Amino acid sequence: MDLSDYRSDEFFDELIGPGGRPRAAARAAIKYLKGLDDDELAERKAACELAAMVAGITFRVYFEDTGVDRAMPFDLIPRVIALKEWQQIEAGLKQRVLALNRFIDDLYNDQQIIQDGVFPADLLEGSVNFREHCRGISPPLGIWAHICGSDLVRDGDGTVYVLEDNLRIPSGVSYMLENRQVMKRVFPELFEDSGIQPVDDYCSQLYDTLASLSPRPVDYPGVVVLTPGMYNSAYFEHAYLAQQMGVALVEGRDLLVDDNDEVWMRTIAGLSRVDVIYRRIDDDFLDPEAFRKDSVLGVPGLMRAWRAGKVALANAPGAGVADDKVVYAYVPEIIRYYLGEAPLIDNVPTYKCREPEEMAYVLDHLDELVVKPANESGGYGMLIGPRSTRKEQKQFARLIQADPRNYIAQPTLALSTCPTFVQGGVAPRHVDLRPFILSGLHTYVTNGGLTRVALKAGSLVVNSSQGGGSKDTWIVDTGGA
Amino acid sequence: MLSRLADNLYWHGRYLERAEDLARLINVNANLNLDLPSGLSAGWLPLVRITGSAPLFKQLHDDHGERQVVRFLLSDERNPGSLRATLEFARENLRSARDLLPRELWEQMNALYLKGQEELSGPLSRRRRHEFLHQLILDCQQIAGTLLGTMSQDHAYDFILIGRYLERADMITRILEVRGYDLLPDTSEDLGPFESIQWMSVLKSLTGYQMYRRHVRTRVSGNDVLNFLLRDEQFPRSVMFCLRALEALLLELPGDDDQALRVVTRLQRQVHECELSGRRGSALAELMDQLQVELAAIDESIRQTWFGAGT
Repeated sequence: MDLSDYRSDEFFDELIGPGGRPRAAARAAIKYLKGLDDDELAERKAACELAAMVAGITFRVYFEDTGVDRAMPFDLIPRVIALKEWQQIEAGLKQRVLALNRFIDDLYNDQQIIQDGVFPADLLEGSVNFREHCRGISPPLGIWAHICGSDLVRDGDGTVYVLEDNLRIPSGVSYMLENRQVMKRVFPELFEDSGIQPVDDYCSQLYDTLASLSPRPVDYPGVVVLTPGMYNSAYFEHAYLAQQMGVALVEGRDLLVDDNDEVWMRTIAGLSRVDVIYRRIDDDFLDPEAFRKDSVLGVPGLMRAWRAGKVALANAPGAGVADDKVVYAYVPEIIRYYLGEAPLIDNVPTYKCREPEEMAYVLDHLDELVVKPANESGGYGMLIGPRSTRKEQKQFARLIQADPRNYIAQPTLALSTCPTFVQGGVAPRHVDLRPFILSGLHTYVTNGGLTRVALKAGSLVVNSSQGGGSKDTWIVDTGGA
Repeated sequence: MLSRLADNLYWHGRYLERAEDLARLINVNANLNLDLPSGLSAGWLPLVRITGSAPLFKQLHDDHGERQVVRFLLSDERNPGSLRATLEFARENLRSARDLLPRELWEQMNALYLKGQEELSGPLSRRRRHEFLHQLILDCQQIAGTLLGTMSQDHAYDFILIGRYLERADMITRILEVRGYDLLPDTSEDLGPFESIQWMSVLKSLTGYQMYRRHVRTRVSGNDVLNFLLRDEQFPRSVMFCLRALEALLLELPGDDDQALRVVTRLQRQVHECELSGRRGSALAELMDQLQVELAAIDESIRQTWFGAGT
């Protein structure tokens, strides 16, 4: 692999430091890759692709008549992070998720944070993910978001920020696990004494987390994964996790709630009790008795069973209330309020349009900021200042003034880059990182996470649905202090 | 295991067996028609009757020549029992249970389905048709072999095989019913050459001709063929063989409701004890009808016992 022309000057590069020298944690990997000639690399790339296909690392567009799986693009140059740096990030993530869980629990119960004037009451009133049905509930261990996927980005100076917290049904962990399998198969030599931290224990950690929520004190609680079905684009992941945990993958129609508010699944040996449901269905579709009446994916009475404490749902319904861009803007305050600590990882600097001075600043700098509405996802309804027209900016100014509560603004980020194979060699491409945080009896953070990479030159879009790919992420113990 | 998946796998077993049996029927019928003089030819309508789709066929067609019948049975989108639809159902039912099965099984089923969609989207010449159906039978056998050779014999496996054997027993009775009806009265051991050809075609549609020869006798007689296809305990395409297999499989399943098992043993007794000599035409049809009613009762009790928990 030839890196002699590799330059990523304006951005922070994850592997190559200033002056073209590999960063300490990446030294062994870079040295090894540099030692491979073009033929060897091509061979490894082909082996990688084959292994990925064979392993079925795919996501599925089942409305295509053929039903052929589409492979997730995978780049074989790993993204490397030093263990020491990662440990700080890990502590920051644990802190953040702990505070967010306290916050959600408070919102559905005493709302102390509002009474104390730290979180504005009107923000809650405007929240689309707040669920009235959850008022007065305290789920097992007081935890609402058992599985959280927080997106991290690194800015030009190398600082790591949280870009958003996904507290509803974050996905992508199966790609993280499969990427590692592929890399181990294709580069066994690299793994021999490189001090790469393992990721394989995620599924057993997930199982333990789920089992710890069981409302019944039994040795083998009934744990299931609830999927909307095989037409869902993340079905691969649902099936994968169920398989790896050795639990049943069920659809709504496989479950029923009896008059005693207990949940059962229909098996060939009769009804079998279900204690914990890792649900991969949105709140809206979970229970037609409580939410959308037209849902055929859910289970009638499930909310009743959950409220009665007869079944645990992960994530708990209503956890999405903290998965809101305006709530995000308050997370540093939320951490200080509940934990009395300073946040270990910062938010991306965020302007809240509901604060008059901040709004004034936003309106003055629309051409350089990214403006986001509170509850849209997937990049909808955003203004990307530097790429917008005067007309769009005027239109957004009107939108913000009409509903300031609903908007935040952030500076455009210079996302860090990572060397990536492209047509004709290796070039810098922007990356982000989604670690997964499990909260149950114990808290667990994946060693690294899923690195997503924008495969188009200059693009900041890392979503797989828009042509993004992924990389294996290595947390490397370089020894020493 | 989940009832829904057991249900799906059971139907996968039935549909795949149905697809294979349809392919056999069409190829054998084509051969038979070539051997018979036009006055005696059974034509193609019996196949529509065997598949139980005569009313639908009559709605769609006045004519019942080879072209109409074969197209109807193979690819007509208005016929939910066509080979094309059957392959699609076999695949659909397997798909949701993919994670319970060896990967190769799904891939082979998927490949077979895709090939079927492609070949059956346009008209097939007679020669291509024969080739395609022949290959399809082999592909189905390959899937059966993969199942046998690579899958743990757990409940998922049991349900696929239960579907397969129940469907196969049903198909044998249908073939005997319709074919028996068309045959000339069996007057003596001294068979007319053409009647012998017809009984041979019955055997051949179940790939039983050679085994019949080896295990029964060299001459083909109506009573012996009936006896062989209903009662032989070693030939895998006899009703008794299928019932014995069903009995063994049902014993593996959980639960203390042995209703399905009781119907199976009752049916075994019926097959064993029924009087066959001289049964032709409507008398044969009546017997086959009884057997089919019992087979439907097995299906119903399987459904109630294992697929309908809590409903």
